[in-house]
Amino acid sequence: MPQIAQLSMVFASQLFWLVISFGLIFFFVGRGMLPKVRSTISARTEKIADDLEKAKAAQADAEKTEAAWRERMDRTKVEATNIAQEAKRESARETEARVKVALDEIDAKVEHARLRIRTAVDAARTELEAVAVEVAQEMVGQLTGLRIDRKDAARALAAELEESRAPAAVGRRRTSVEAR
Amino acid sequence: MSAQGKIDPMHQFTIEQIAPLHVGPYDISFTNSAAWMLLAAFLICVFVGLGLKRELIPGRWQAAVEGFTGFIDDLVQVNIGPEGAKFVPYIFSLFMFILFANLLGLLPLAIIPGLHAFTTTSQFSLTGVLAVVSFSMVIIVGFWRHRLRFFSLFVPHGTPLPMIPLIAPIEFISFMVRPFSLGLRLFVAMIAGHILMEVFGSFIVNGLNGGAMGFGVSVLSFAFVAFVFALELLMAVIQAYVFALLTTLYLSDAINLH
Repeated sequence: MPQIAQLSMVFASQLFWLVISFGLIFFFVGRGMLPKVRSTISARTEKIADDLEKAKAAQADAEKTEAAWRERMDRTKVEATNIAQEAKRESARETEARVKVALDEIDAKVEHARLRIRTAVDAARTELEAVAVEVAQEMVGQLTGLRIDRKDAARALAAELEESRAPAAVGRRRTSVEAR
Repeated sequence: MSAQGKIDPMHQFTIEQIAPLHVGPYDISFTNSAAWMLLAAFLICVFVGLGLKRELIPGRWQAAVEGFTGFIDDLVQVNIGPEGAKFVPYIFSLFMFILFANLLGLLPLAIIPGLHAFTTTSQFSLTGVLAVVSFSMVIIVGFWRHRLRFFSLFVPHGTPLPMIPLIAPIEFISFMVRPFSLGLRLFVAMIAGHILMEVFGSFIVNGLNGGAMGFGVSVLSFAFVAFVFALELLMAVIQAYVFALLTTLYLSDAINLH
């Protein structure tokens, strides 16, 4: 085995050259270059962590913006619905008011017409009553030869009319209800 | 390699003098072993140096170098803890030197006449020195950090009092064996693999001279050598890792005690 046979001969040389080679590696590479490589790695790791944090913050920001936007959208939607409902209600109210005004107008016209009818009817009746009084005077004069006072004849006729008016009043009221 | 047609599998481990150099009584001649050590050192400097571009986004070479440093960083971080950071340069140098020396020894340079790869890690004069350096470091760090409390390393935590006289010598012996096992493991793994390849390589040559049967042996040996070579490539990496790992574990003992 040369390792044993040559040991005493080569040991000093082996040790010397090992110290040189290993020293070269240790001081030049291990002490010189390795820290630079490691610092590069740690700088990169830091950068990545930093970037990740930034990205996370940006995402949170975006989420917040989106939430705000969503809220605004919701609020706007609600507002729009409210406005639409309000407008609907408003227009309904307006229509109702206009209908009411129209109805009132119509009612007034109807009432006016009815008043005119009644005055006409009343006028007709007084005229009729006057005629009836004259007729009654004439009839009593011709039948009995008695000259009846105009006042008496009018009283008798009024009494007679009072009796027959009751059902007529009912009938007139019914017609007024129907007209409504 | 061969004398009178005989193949000597041990010849590959012979250290040959290239340039004689004497300092006082010491013979520190430049040898083939020294040449391969320096070549390993040079290649490591080139390898790491080319990966020193310090770019934020690493290229292939830089990524490879950072892979190695990250690997050793993790190893030390896991086994020693944050206090191990100052040992990373030593562990890294150790790992890279053994890895490159092992792999250089496997270069198939013997096909060029007059050249053959020399495996520096198959010399226990080298592995032994590395082991002793590691072991000395453990002892120095241990006593420097813990003074005499370092001896508590020989009494595992929770040992019953009456067992201490028995356990302590066993622990002490196992501790003192560490440099030998550390140095011998690498040396033996390298020498065994290289002898195996050499022996089966000689079977190929001898088989070709031995007729039909011999030809079969040659073919089988060739397949076997290919297999062993692949195994040796793996072994070169594993042994470098084991050496670095054990050094780290021993340092961890010295720093954290038990």
